[in-house]
Amino acid sequence: MTRPAGGGRVGGDDVEDGASARSAPPPAAPELGLSPGSLAEARRAFAGDPELVPVAGGTDLMVADRLRRAALSRVLDLTRLPELRGVAEVEGGLEIGAATPFHALRDHPEVRRRFPALAAAAAVVGGWQIQERATLGGNVANASPAGDSLPVLLALEAVVVADGPGGEREIPYERFHLGYRRTALEPGELIVRIRLPDPPAGSRQAFRKVGAREAQAISKVVVALVGRVEDGTVARLRIGAGSVAATPVRLRAAEAAGEGRPWSAELADDVGRAARGEVAPIDDVRSTAEYRSEVLGRVVRRLVLGLGEGA
Amino acid sequence: MKARFAINGEAREAEGAPLERLLDVLRGPLGLTGTKEGCGEGECGACTVLLDGRPVLSCLVPLVQCAGRDVVTVEGVAATDEGRRLIERFVAAGGVQCGACTPGIVVTAFALFRDDPEPGRERVREALAGNLCRCTGYEAILRGLTDDAERPTVSSAADVPVEAPPAEAGG
Repeated sequence: MTRPAGGGRVGGDDVEDGASARSAPPPAAPELGLSPGSLAEARRAFAGDPELVPVAGGTDLMVADRLRRAALSRVLDLTRLPELRGVAEVEGGLEIGAATPFHALRDHPEVRRRFPALAAAAAVVGGWQIQERATLGGNVANASPAGDSLPVLLALEAVVVADGPGGEREIPYERFHLGYRRTALEPGELIVRIRLPDPPAGSRQAFRKVGAREAQAISKVVVALVGRVEDGTVARLRIGAGSVAATPVRLRAAEAAGEGRPWSAELADDVGRAARGEVAPIDDVRSTAEYRSEVLGRVVRRLVLGLGEGA
Repeated sequence: MKARFAINGEAREAEGAPLERLLDVLRGPLGLTGTKEGCGEGECGACTVLLDGRPVLSCLVPLVQCAGRDVVTVEGVAATDEGRRLIERFVAAGGVQCGACTPGIVVTAFALFRDDPEPGRERVREALAGNLCRCTGYEAILRGLTDDAERPTVSSAADVPVEAPPAEAGG
């Protein structure tokens, strides 16, 4: 592999070398692989060079062909930042470090107990090898409309915590995706945590992914639902869906069709119909618009039915 | 960039672009061709290796993330007693046909058995969900990795010695 003479070479954790490469950047922006060991260091590097390509699990980025990968020659490794890993208790919920891999989430006792929809999504993000590498923050930053965890974040009303030159700021996840693969992140900003507020007591959560096979398939339709039936009435309903629009979407018309009404099979039909009516999916290699609409309606209907069973 | 890391317990150094694939580093400059490239897109599992003990797809691991870490390939697995036994069971059950998926399955199964010495059939199936095989239909693989390995199988029936052709027929 060639690299320009005098290139800003950094060997893994060799941060001293990285610091000097940043302080005197050669004009041709030579290849650079930075592996900072703390968030403060990562923030400095990214603020100084917002063109750096952040890479965590690499499960989307690395799929790029050889030429494109070679063009991404200045890289910020996010896998060695302790601040971005793990699950922490916060008031009224949990915060997930952005670089926490899905395998750690599916196995985490508190995530399983309080956010079963997220644990369920984490268990179907690719196979074991993908789950060891792919991260929750990466799923958010990559901004694919098919990201498996993203409807869950919508239904849970998650908050994205970003860190950048201006300090930390919080962005409700619902306002994070501005369009197809476009996000609210500013230059030099990294996603550091995802905050999950505990849903009101008595809520149930559900998740369903429909793909070509059970494991290791990109979703044709993916739905998460969080809701509560109280005294036979749907007191609260939050539904997120993926692969049915240019971004993951909150199904507000479907929610409105259900909230405040008595839970019944007819109600589930109505909510499913509303869901189908409020999206305009596309035909692509994985599915057709017609299939997606139909299946979305049926999945939503079934999840609403499950919400009230035995309640 | 240069990265120093351990491969199968031995300190090695590799040079490449930050997003150079670990798979290419292994098969190229390091000469470890046991790891296979299948799809190159993270779909098939053929290139599975252990990174700090966890099964990962080496086609999706960039060199920049390898520095200072511990990589074990199928060659390293095969050098252990557990790995050897695993491979023998796999072969006995007829879990290998063309062999392209085999190293990835062996490495993944090695990680599974290390975590859980007696996984049930369902656990094995789930652990291997990311390893595609286009030949076997998976049954022989599952037999090789579960207690069903002891049962007679179609492939072991085929191991009945076949009489060598008469010498004159080869003349």
